[in-house]
Amino acid sequence: MLASALGVLFKGRNLARLLGGLWVTLRLSAVSILLSVALGLALGMVMTLRSPIIRALTRLWLETIRIVPQLVLLFIVYFGLARAFNLQLSGEAAAVVVFVFWGAGEMGDLVRGALTSIPAHQRESGAALGLTRWQINRYVLIPQTLRRLIPQAINLATRMIKTTSLVMIIGVVEVLKISQQIIDASRYDAPQAAVFIYGVVFLMYFMVCWPISLLPGRLEKRWKE
Amino acid sequence: MDWSFMERFAPLYVQAAGLTLRIGSLGIALSLGVGLLCCLARYYRVPGLRQISRAYIELARNTPLLVQLFFLYFGLPKIGIKLSGEACAVIGLAFLGGAYMAESLRSGLEAVDRSQREAGECLGLTRAQNLRYVILPQALATAVPSLCANVIFLLKETSVFSAVALADLMYVAKDLIGMYYKTDEALTMLVCAYLVILLPISILFTLLERRLRYAGFGAGRAV
Repeated sequence: MLASALGVLFKGRNLARLLGGLWVTLRLSAVSILLSVALGLALGMVMTLRSPIIRALTRLWLETIRIVPQLVLLFIVYFGLARAFNLQLSGEAAAVVVFVFWGAGEMGDLVRGALTSIPAHQRESGAALGLTRWQINRYVLIPQTLRRLIPQAINLATRMIKTTSLVMIIGVVEVLKISQQIIDASRYDAPQAAVFIYGVVFLMYFMVCWPISLLPGRLEKRWKE
Repeated sequence: MDWSFMERFAPLYVQAAGLTLRIGSLGIALSLGVGLLCCLARYYRVPGLRQISRAYIELARNTPLLVQLFFLYFGLPKIGIKLSGEACAVIGLAFLGGAYMAESLRSGLEAVDRSQREAGECLGLTRAQNLRYVILPQALATAVPSLCANVIFLLKETSVFSAVALADLMYVAKDLIGMYYKTDEALTMLVCAYLVILLPISILFTLLERRLRYAGFGAGRAV
């Protein structure tokens, strides 16, 4: 019985379909992460400005993503916008909108944190050495900012990849949805398949996120030398 | 906005919020316990347990809660392990949260200077006393900001429980949208419900962190 359950994984095109689903997950994550990083970098620089209006607006943005769960945001964009503004986004587009709204906000806060964490004397020492403004940025400030930023940004990226599993709830056919379809299709001839299929999806996510999550530690070790 | 509709169905949300809070607090309490055990196993380098907790932390941190829940709720019954939706939710939350709590506590423990532990040993404290009176208080104070962030993160994660047929806030909202097409009202009440739950907690944690910083320890102190 267990053999037939395991067999479901290799029956027909099941494994290829699962991998195709994983590809959808990864594509969605990649698009969201890239857009979030780009927007987040800009947002973070804007956030260091001392304008009270910008401060209030970004604060509102950050508190919103801090408090409202991502699934709720997905519902608002997918179901709410469709009704309120007659804006029919596909599930995937809604997902990208939500993840970029969330990711850019978090990334912006990370960028702001990294920028403001660099003490003023770094800039002043650079100036005292006779470096030009451009040289101070290039050789003093940006390298230090990046060292603080990259580990946290990588952490955010793995969180975003994991969160993409939610999009199946708004009807995007990604790896988890396909695994559900495969299990439903083999409900009668191999009822035990659910354990293996969900186990495989579990491992797939792990195999994607785990190597990425090891990067910050490795980078920090290299920078220490 | 249809106010009478909102008034009529508000009790459903209150009930669902109760469920979210109940399961959330149970899961978070358990995850603190799991996290503490794991980080102590790593701190004291307990052979065997240390490797297991490390593997567990990596596994739990790098997989989505939704997949963990599906495995528990739809997968395990097929090999004879039947768990109720609530049990799955609590176990799933504790499984995920335990790993996050362990990492936060570990960074707290690592921030406690070695000399503190050695000083405690010199005073003749037993290992348990040393942990209870010297190491943990300092480690916890440092870990508070990230522990608080974990609590908020885990409470937000409870929103996926509707996928294992628990009547939480998300489930109620989805139901109302499906039955009455009152999308705006259902979603507004949903956001309000999460605000009511999470905003006070968020504010409380901000105050707590500030207090700990004023106390002269915690993350605020410059190295």
